[in-house]
Amino acid sequence: MITQILRRIVTMAMTLLVISALVFIIIKLPPGDYLTNRIMELRATGDASSVAKAELLIQQYGLDRPVWQQYLMWIGVMPGSVGFSGLLQGDWGWSFEYDKPVADVVGDALWLTLLINLTAVVFVHLVAIPAAIYSATHRNTAGDAVVTLLGYVGLAVPGFLLALILLFYANRWFGLSIGGLYDSALTNQPWTWEKIRSLLAHLIVPTLVIGLGGTAAMIRRMRANLLDELAKPYTVTARAKGLPPLQALLKYPFRMSLNPFVADIGNLLPHLVSGSVLVSLVLSLPTVGPLLLEALRNQDQFMAGFILMFVAALTLVGMLISDLILVWLDPRIRMGLR
Amino acid sequence: MSPLLSIRDLAVAFRTETGPFEALHGLSLDVFQGRTLALVGESGSGKSVTAQAILRILPPAAAISRGRILFREGEMEIDIARLSAEGEAMRAIRGQRIAMIFQEPMTCLSPLHTVGDQIGEALRLHTGADRKEADARTEDALARVGFPDPHRALRTYPFELSGGLRQRAMIAMALILKPALLVADEPTTALDVTTQAQILALLARLQDETGMAILLITHDLGVVANIAHDVAVLYRGRLVESGPRDTVMRAPGHAYLRALLHAVPRFDMAPGERLTPIRPARAEIPKGQSPAPLTGPLLQVEGVSKSFTLRAGRLWQKPRIVHAVSDVSLRLAAGQTLGLVGESGSGKTTVSKMIMRALRPDSGRILFDDGSGPRDVHALSGDALFAYRRTVQFVFQDPYASLDPRMTVRQILSEPMEIHGVPAAERRERCRALMAMVGLEPNGLSRYPHAFSGGQRQRIGIARALAPKPRLLVLDEPVSALDVSVQAQILNLLKDLQAALGLSYLIVSHNLAVIDYMADTISVMCRGRIVEEAPRAALFRRPVHPYTRALLAAVPDPSLDHPLDFAAVAGDQNDPARWEDPFRLAPDEAGAMRAVETGHRVRFGAAHAAEAA
Repeated sequence: MITQILRRIVTMAMTLLVISALVFIIIKLPPGDYLTNRIMELRATGDASSVAKAELLIQQYGLDRPVWQQYLMWIGVMPGSVGFSGLLQGDWGWSFEYDKPVADVVGDALWLTLLINLTAVVFVHLVAIPAAIYSATHRNTAGDAVVTLLGYVGLAVPGFLLALILLFYANRWFGLSIGGLYDSALTNQPWTWEKIRSLLAHLIVPTLVIGLGGTAAMIRRMRANLLDELAKPYTVTARAKGLPPLQALLKYPFRMSLNPFVADIGNLLPHLVSGSVLVSLVLSLPTVGPLLLEALRNQDQFMAGFILMFVAALTLVGMLISDLILVWLDPRIRMGLR
Repeated sequence: MSPLLSIRDLAVAFRTETGPFEALHGLSLDVFQGRTLALVGESGSGKSVTAQAILRILPPAAAISRGRILFREGEMEIDIARLSAEGEAMRAIRGQRIAMIFQEPMTCLSPLHTVGDQIGEALRLHTGADRKEADARTEDALARVGFPDPHRALRTYPFELSGGLRQRAMIAMALILKPALLVADEPTTALDVTTQAQILALLARLQDETGMAILLITHDLGVVANIAHDVAVLYRGRLVESGPRDTVMRAPGHAYLRALLHAVPRFDMAPGERLTPIRPARAEIPKGQSPAPLTGPLLQVEGVSKSFTLRAGRLWQKPRIVHAVSDVSLRLAAGQTLGLVGESGSGKTTVSKMIMRALRPDSGRILFDDGSGPRDVHALSGDALFAYRRTVQFVFQDPYASLDPRMTVRQILSEPMEIHGVPAAERRERCRALMAMVGLEPNGLSRYPHAFSGGQRQRIGIARALAPKPRLLVLDEPVSALDVSVQAQILNLLKDLQAALGLSYLIVSHNLAVIDYMADTISVMCRGRIVEEAPRAALFRRPVHPYTRALLAAVPDPSLDHPLDFAAVAGDQNDPARWEDPFRLAPDEAGAMRAVETGHRVRFGAAHAAEAA
């Protein structure tokens, strides 16, 4: 088991290396970069001191060197102007657009993104699992039809539209400020009880909006999986033993139907960061999604590179977690490892 | 003595799209304490519905529409039909007083929970025992059903056990609370013959020990003859015959039971005697041009071996190698049938796959003679290989899984001809001819497989195999997934096709009676080796090898005059180290085949073979 995990971690490191190369190539594909574009702009306006400063940055980050050298410096296996300083050393680079280190720009946004999306994931599971169980056990009844209909509505309604409507009514009925994750007055305040309360109140709308589509999809999939499992002979065996219906359902078919969802965790984690860009823009949430979009548009290369690498790392960690849970959950997989 | 369970005028109806459908029309029967009642019938006769009604675990679309199910214990009498299916009173009976075992021991146990957890569950539920106490009693139960290491078995998962042990685990699960009635729905149908005999012996022994009643649901009259005390025959939801076993089986009054008795292959059939299918099907088989006679055999397998490497779990561990097939040689003459018999895991399917060129042997040759002299199948390439693919066709065991549900029968039959370049007009003509050959109406061509019954689907499978005009059919358990009432139809059809078209068959089966009915020569496989080969008559008249004898002894015969010797089937006869001298083989010892009479060869231990030579 330990060998397996170690082997996996080595593979993950190799994968990350390949991904970093791909990410860098893709960012570098369009001609020019943020600074050369900026210098051209500045030259046109004739601001000599800014041009000099930009040229200094170019030298400092080696943007005048060949691309492969830039890559090696970025990941931190080749000394730059200040020695080894790259991803491997924990230096995420400089955001030219914000004129701040990437870590400072992304910092809070990362945690808020994870918070919003984890809340959404919890919401999805809390709503979808009981709804799916009800729907599967009451197959082809009026209740099932209602759940199914609501599910389809949830799938079909565009998230940003729902976001606007909910924002409007939340403001009108509950006086919630529009947009953001806390009242704008509290933006630069330290974390007080009031700020946390404001954060929680502002979490409701994004959670609903981000979670709704996922809830609908999950109800459908879970219902289909459960219906398959309910027809399996071991479910009948459980009933024949005299187990009460709910206990029998949760212990056997429900547990069996979990595997595909656990296997999905790997996809879920990166989705947490990049999935809700549109909704974040509409709700003006201070999350990573809009930052990534901006960075890519402006060729803010270290910023974009870091966010993409972060998403990639999350994917790999997610896969590892889901595999470990599967091993713990399913003895067939556990035995297969031996 | 009053019966333990009395069913009176029981009717069960299903809701269907075309209105209610009554599966059981007023059934009445009695089950007595300490006795086994066999409920016999083909699929659709209502026997499983009866079992589900007794436990009130009918599928959601079905309901008891009238009648009573009276369950008596001591002074208590409960009408099960009046209880609420999920109510507490019914749940207290289920698993505690009435327990059930099912046909498929693999799918009836959850793969995610340990055997110990699943067996002890009913105990914890009904008696409130804690896990420690439940484990202790589960261990006892496992020991009672013959688990070699009951303590270890508590922590094993069902997929780690063999089919026989899984069914023993199911039995332990059903019997842990010492129920008054055990409902067994086809408990041995999915098992090998030797395992089946052991499970039947186990059921009989447990009944002696506990005095429980058994309601045994089966279509196998051989099983009925061996462990039932009473017999009830169901036909289309009605009881057509019932009574003590000897009366019913010796003098079957109803035509249906008589027909059933003649529809299954038996060992005491006269040479050339045909089975009489319950519902005869008319097939029009044109006398085909028999292929040109060969001087040698059509197919010759020469010393093929195949081993599989199981992947190693740890870095420093050596991969485990399983010898699936070791030095197997077979010979099939044109127009003849070769039967390959063995239990699951004996390597017979691997052999058939190598003949089909789906697997490559590690060593040895497979020679096939298409009229131009024998050629090594695994050396063929290009056009020669393409021609070989046409000449050898396969009929699968499962008629449900082997036909694509999204293709019409016409598409299914045309596909092999399209591949082999038969022009469209000729294909249309041949599709109709093929349907007639297997006894189906030509208007079925535009329908999809789901519109056909299991037996009809198997006919479609046979027609598909015949489409490219092959010379050799490999039949892998061709009737074991079919209902007893249609097995005879399929077997007779195969015989007629062979006679008319000059086909050769390689038939792979664990059912000795089927092999006996079909084959000219028989090879018996055990643990990847041939242990005995002989012409049909010789093998059944004078089986020499202990494994063959054990197989034969384990087949339950429908005639009451040949009861199973339960004591003889108890041992593990598929372990070469336990065979009596001179057949005993040390681990990894190959032994040697030696003729005991003309054409009858048996594997002996090396020491004995050398001494005799």
